[in-house]
Amino acid sequence: MSKPKLATVWLDGCSGCHMSALDMDERWIELASLVDLVYGPLVDTKEFPENVDIVLVEGAVSSEEDLEKIQKIRKQTKTLVSLGDCAVTSNVPSMRNRFPVPVVENRSYRETAQLNQQVPREVVPRLLPKARPVHEFVKVDVFVPGCPPSADTIYYVLTELLAGRMPDLTNLTRFGA
Amino acid sequence: MVLEQLIAITEKEKKARKEICIRCCMAAGCMSSRGAEIKESIEKAVSEKGLQNRIEVRRVGCMGSCGQGPMVGIEPAGLLYQHVTPENAASIVEGLSGGSAEAELGDPKHPFFSRQKLIVCANSGRIDPERIEDSIEAGGYLTLQHVVSELQPSQVIDAVLKSGLRGRGGAGYPTGLKWGTVAKSPGTRKFVVCNGDEGDPGAFMDRSVLESDPHRVLEGMAIAGYAVGADQAFIYVRAEYPLAVSRLQTAIRQAKHHGLLGNGIFESTFNFNVELRIGAGAFVCGEETALMASIEGRRGQPHPRPPFPAESGLWGFPTLINNVETYANIVPIVKKGPDWFASLGTEKSKGTKVFSLTGKVRNNGLIEVPIGITIREIVEDLGGGAPDGAKVKAVQTGGPSGGCIPVEHFDTPVDYESLVGLGSIMGSGGMVVMDEHTNMVDVARFYMQFCMEESCGKCIPCRAGTVQMYELLTKIVERRGTRNDLEQLEELCDLVKHTSLCGLGQTAPNPVLSTLRYFRNEYLELLNKEVQESGSSGVQEQKT
Amino acid sequence: MAKTLTINGQHVSAEDDQTLLEAALDAGIKIPTLCRLEGLSEVGACRLCLVEIAGSAKLQPACVTKVVEGMEVQTDTERLRKYRLMILELLFAERNHICAVCVANGHCELQTLAQQHGMSHVRFSYLYPQADVDASHDRFVIDHNRCILCTRCVRVCDEIEGAHTWDVMGRGTNSRVITDLNEPWGDSQTCTSCGKCVQVCPTGALFEKGKSVAEMAKRREFLPYLTLMRQQPR
Repeated sequence: MSKPKLATVWLDGCSGCHMSALDMDERWIELASLVDLVYGPLVDTKEFPENVDIVLVEGAVSSEEDLEKIQKIRKQTKTLVSLGDCAVTSNVPSMRNRFPVPVVENRSYRETAQLNQQVPREVVPRLLPKARPVHEFVKVDVFVPGCPPSADTIYYVLTELLAGRMPDLTNLTRFGA
Repeated sequence: MVLEQLIAITEKEKKARKEICIRCCMAAGCMSSRGAEIKESIEKAVSEKGLQNRIEVRRVGCMGSCGQGPMVGIEPAGLLYQHVTPENAASIVEGLSGGSAEAELGDPKHPFFSRQKLIVCANSGRIDPERIEDSIEAGGYLTLQHVVSELQPSQVIDAVLKSGLRGRGGAGYPTGLKWGTVAKSPGTRKFVVCNGDEGDPGAFMDRSVLESDPHRVLEGMAIAGYAVGADQAFIYVRAEYPLAVSRLQTAIRQAKHHGLLGNGIFESTFNFNVELRIGAGAFVCGEETALMASIEGRRGQPHPRPPFPAESGLWGFPTLINNVETYANIVPIVKKGPDWFASLGTEKSKGTKVFSLTGKVRNNGLIEVPIGITIREIVEDLGGGAPDGAKVKAVQTGGPSGGCIPVEHFDTPVDYESLVGLGSIMGSGGMVVMDEHTNMVDVARFYMQFCMEESCGKCIPCRAGTVQMYELLTKIVERRGTRNDLEQLEELCDLVKHTSLCGLGQTAPNPVLSTLRYFRNEYLELLNKEVQESGSSGVQEQKT
Repeated sequence: MAKTLTINGQHVSAEDDQTLLEAALDAGIKIPTLCRLEGLSEVGACRLCLVEIAGSAKLQPACVTKVVEGMEVQTDTERLRKYRLMILELLFAERNHICAVCVANGHCELQTLAQQHGMSHVRFSYLYPQADVDASHDRFVIDHNRCILCTRCVRVCDEIEGAHTWDVMGRGTNSRVITDLNEPWGDSQTCTSCGKCVQVCPTGALFEKGKSVAEMAKRREFLPYLTLMRQQPR
C-alpha cells in the first residue's frame, strides 16, 4: 500500500508557517517514512497532484491566482488544513483590506518604487478586493491557528491526522500564538 | 378652573356652532397633500358667498382614510370628499349652496368606516386639535375633574385594572397592574412618562392621535399622575413628528393657561406639570429604559431590567411609562366604566386597537377596530384587499419586532396572544400588507437592515449579530447564498433573540423567523444550487 | 441576611445584595465576562455572563442579577457555551483583530476567552470595517481596530478618575469610543493623562506608546485599591 500523500501550499503569507514546519527538524525523517511529500514550496512538482490526502495551506486567499489554486486544491484533496493565522483569519494580509486595490497597488508599485514605477499587469496575479481566510472560499477540515503554529503543533496535527484522529488544539495554539 | 367654568366653555362653544360644519383634515398626511391650501380655498369660497354665518370651516385631525386624502367632511350631511385639491375645494361650498361639487365623493358607509369602533379616535377628525375649547366641548377634562374631586387614586387604578386595558406600545402588559406597582413603589417623587417615540416603519397611530386629539392624551396622563402620585410628566415625541410636537406644545400651553395642568388642578392639592422632550431620531429610544436615559440627557441606550422603571426609573424614582394610545384610552374607561370597556374585545385583550394599515392594500390609513376582529376582516373588508387585482400574500404586524402572517392564517383574531402564537406580535399597531409580488426574503432583509441601523451598539449580539444577519440575507437575496448560510442565519436568529439586552435586539430576528416559518420555500429557491466544493476528510469534524 | 442557592448543582451561600456573578466567584465558579471589571459599574453589555435560571425562560446576565434564595443557576451548559462562542466570534469578525501584530498579544482578554472557548476559527464573514488609530496623545494610543466597545474606558474615566473624557458616539456597529466631543485625544481638554483607561482596556485597543507586539500587559492593581480606599470611613 502506498503512503498517504502530503502537500503544502503557500498562498498570501510570509512563509513563516513553512519555516515553522521546517523546524520539525529530524521529525521530518520520521514523517518521510509515513507520507509522500508530493507538492509544495519545498518540492519541485509544478502541478498540484490528484488524490492528495492532506494539504497544509499557509496564507490568506488574496489574489485571483490564490483563489484558483485553493479551489483546485480542495477538489483534489481529502483533508484540507488551514495552517496558521493567515489561512485561518487572513491575519496580516487583511491589513490592506481597508484600502481599495488600486490604492494598494499604487503604494506598492509606484509610491515606494525607486525604478520602473508602474503597476504590473502581467505575470503578477491581480489582487482580489479583499484578502480573506481560506474557509470563506472552500470547506476547511482542520484549523490550526498560530502565527506561526509551533513545530510541535504542526507535528502533532500531522501525526494525529495520519492516525485518523482529529487533533484537539485547544491548549496548544491560539490566534497570534 | 372649576367644573362650572368647564361647563360654561362648553355652553359657549355649543352656542357658537353654525348650521353646517366643513371639516378639513389637517393631520400630517393630508397636510402634505396641500391640506392647508384646501382649507384656505374653502374659507375663501365661504366668505365670497357670504356664508360665514351658516358655515363653519374647521381644522380637524385625521379622518382615517389617509390613502384617499386630502379629506373634507361635511356635517350634519355626513358627506365625505376625498382626493380633494385646492382647485376643486371651492366647489364643495358650491355644492352646499345649491350648485354641484366637483370633488370626488367618498363613501362614509364603506366598511372601512362602518366596521371601526372609535374610542381612542372618537374625537379624531371631528375637533380642532389646536383649540382646547373644542376639546372641552367634546367632554374633555370633565373626567379629570371627576377623578380629582370624587375618586381616590386607588379607585382609579382599580378601574383601569378592571377594564383589562393592556399596554398599547406592543408588549401588552396590563396597564392597571403597572399603575399599581408605581403607586406602591416607595419614592419621594414619582414621574409619568408618555412614550410617543413611535418608530416602526409603517406605523403612524401615535402621530395621528397626538396630531388629532392631544388633550385626550394629556388628560389621560394627568389621571395617571393622580393615580400613581406623580406630579411631573414627560411626553417623549420624536423630532420627525413636527406637527405632533407643535400641537402638543399648543395643547400643553392651553391646558396650563386654563389651569388644567399645573398646580392645584381643579382647586385640589393635585399638581401635575407636563414637559415635552423631543427625540433625536434613534429608534431604540422607544425602548423604555433608553427613553428614560434620553430624557435624563444621557445617551439613549437601554440598561438591563430589573430594576424596572416602576421601581427605579427617571433619576432613580418610580416612573410610569405608557404609550400614547394607552393614555388615550384612560378617559373613556374612567368615564364609561371599566365594565363597558371590558365588554369590548376578547377574553384576554380588551377594548379596541388603532392600526395603521399600509402597504399593498386599497384603503390604507388609520383604523380603530375592536380587538378580536380577524386579520381577514381588516385586510379584506376594511382594506379592500390588494390593489390592481393582485392577491394578498401576508401582513406584517409589529414592525421590525413583529412578523409576517401568511394569508392562510388570516382568520385568526387579532389579539395579543393569537399574534404571538403566529410568530408575530400585536406591536404598536403597524400593519403592512404584502401582495403576491412581494419577495419575503427581501422583506426580512429590509427589517433586518432597519434593526442593524437602529441597534444602539451596546450589547454585542444585537450590534454585531444584526450586521451578520443582514449580510447573509443580502447574500441570499442576491442568489449567492448557500445552505450553510441559511443554517448560519438561523443560528444567529437564535443567538440574537435569546442573548440581546433589550427588546429591540431580542425581537430583531422575528421578521426572519416568521418568513422562514411560513415562506421557507422563497429562501430555498434563492439559494445557490452549486454546492460548495467540499472534500471528504477521513476524520470526524473538528470541534467548533 | 445571607442567602443560599445552587450554582451548577453546587450549594452556594451568598450575601444578601450580591450578584450571581459575585456569589459564583466567591464559590470558585468562573463565569466569563468582558465588559465587567470589578470596581466599575455593571452595564450587562457583553452578554458573556448570561446564565440559565430555573423557572425563568430568559437568560439572565449574572453581573447584574441579584441572588434570590433558593435560586437554581446553571452557568456552563452546552447552550450557553455555544452562545458565548458565537458572541466571541462576532467580535472577531466585527473589527480588525490581528493578534499576531497586537501590542496586547498574550495579554488580551478577548484572545484568552477565544482560546478558552475553543475557537479554532471564526465562522462569520469578516467585516473589515474602516477603523482608525488616534496616536495624538503624548503617551497613549487608541486603535479602534481592536476596540470591542466594552466601555470600561468610559466608565473608569467617569467613575474613578472623574474626568469623563471618554464616551461613545454613533450607533450600532458604527459606534466608536471618543474623547471629548470626538476631538483628537491629544487635544482633549479634559483628559488628565492618568492612563486608567489604558490599563482597564481588555484588548490592545488602548495602549502605551513605545510598547511593541505582545509587550502591553495591563496593570489593574489601582482599581481594587482605589475602590477600597474610597470605601474607608473618613
